[in-house]
Amino acid sequence: MDLAAEVTRRARRVPVWVIYVLGLAPMGWLFWLGLTGGLGPEPIKALEHRYGLIALQLLVAGLAITPLCRIARVNLMRFRRAVGLLAFAYVTAHLLVWLLLDLRSLSLIWQDLVKRPYVTIGMAGFACLVPLALTSNDRSVRALGPRWRRLHRLTYVAVPLGAVHFVMLVKGWQWEPLAYLAAILGLLALRLRLVRSAFQQA
Amino acid sequence: MAKKTRNLTWADVTPETHFLNRRQILAGAGAVSLGAIAGRGRATEGLEPNSFEDITSYNNFYEFGTGKEDPARYAHEMTTAPWSVTIDGMVDKPGSYDLAALTDGMTIEERIYRFRCVEAWSMVIPWNGFELRGLLDRVGVQPGAKYVAFETLYRPDEMRGTRSRIIDWPYREGLRLDEAMHPLTILATGLYGKPMPNQNGAPIRLVVPWKYGFKSIKSIVRISLVAEQPETSWNMIAPNEYGFYSNVNPAVDHPRWSQATERRVGGGLFAARQDTLMFNGYEDEVAGLYEGMDLKRFY
Repeated sequence: MDLAAEVTRRARRVPVWVIYVLGLAPMGWLFWLGLTGGLGPEPIKALEHRYGLIALQLLVAGLAITPLCRIARVNLMRFRRAVGLLAFAYVTAHLLVWLLLDLRSLSLIWQDLVKRPYVTIGMAGFACLVPLALTSNDRSVRALGPRWRRLHRLTYVAVPLGAVHFVMLVKGWQWEPLAYLAAILGLLALRLRLVRSAFQQA
Repeated sequence: MAKKTRNLTWADVTPETHFLNRRQILAGAGAVSLGAIAGRGRATEGLEPNSFEDITSYNNFYEFGTGKEDPARYAHEMTTAPWSVTIDGMVDKPGSYDLAALTDGMTIEERIYRFRCVEAWSMVIPWNGFELRGLLDRVGVQPGAKYVAFETLYRPDEMRGTRSRIIDWPYREGLRLDEAMHPLTILATGLYGKPMPNQNGAPIRLVVPWKYGFKSIKSIVRISLVAEQPETSWNMIAPNEYGFYSNVNPAVDHPRWSQATERRVGGGLFAARQDTLMFNGYEDEVAGLYEGMDLKRFY
């Protein structure tokens, strides 16, 4: 029995809107928990971190879809846009919690942006994602043509920036952020090799 | 607001009711469980303690993991009885002291202190403990001693966080002798009138309220009087981020974040930040210790 084909066949039956609904549910649920004491005594930081972590997980998932298809023959390509947009939604929520609940002061925000490299890097990652989210619709794909693919290679910059942001903000060298960074670099390396082998075949 | 709370007096450190109600002075460690909660008066304005729940569920104690909730989850795996503390170095009476011997004769009092984490969150905690100088006087500090070094218990089979090498275990901290002898510096054996919860550093920990929280080392097993400035764990990990002194100072930022403001834990999802006070609000009491020192250099 071909597991990859089986997964692909089953996944084909899942409508994309289901991914959006399932993906957005934790955002509301976590906010509710924060409001009602379910995130512990410091809910602002907890919410900020949880949104950020989910964003990173979705970015990793999004990065995994193409290699999964090409190497493992598990085709989840039809969910790629949803996963990417969900990641963007969580990055945005993460940023909003930081701006509106955590800092709440333009001068603090500005100081952090210019003085704290991990904030600068995180913000640069977000800035990379904005044009990608804006051009994620079918019309933009058609209008941009081959330029769309080139533009969306910004993902390869944005996602590692997110992981570096995570590595830098924790105290000391912790394994969890390093594991995310390693996974992301691994997924990017797969593309390099893919590109190379594709050239060899040509 | 900062102005209003800046000029604290000794009455703020230990609430007035404490002086009036002698029953609340609990002599000896064995008595710490007696009704200090029921009898505790209202805290001084602006120093309303955090709830017991806040204080015991949001902790940094990397021996049990790096998550804030890890200590509450795993610290019960640590055995705290029997417990002994080795006191060595330049002292007249070195030795391994059983906890009861250590606290014997010490007056356990309640101290409501601000607690400011280097991560820019803070709490107010009603500690029960005694002044460190009482213990140091009893063991006899020899003239050459200039610093006090402390070590936390390192017992990997009971402290799952120590499997990670994030810190070169055991956790180490240190104070200059005059800081250690300061009357605000206490060894705490409890909080809210209860024996010290494991996640807060049972059975005995240091509390130095004008320094960032990591200086207030938990679950102490060794106290050494030494001539040279001892190595301290966070300083060993990142010397540019965590100095030996680590006094709370809103004017000296951590390289990765501002120390100008902090957030009181327990305020919910819409809690605003508040200004961080110089020496965490204990400037009048401790500024003299650092006269003439460049606090930007000796952070």
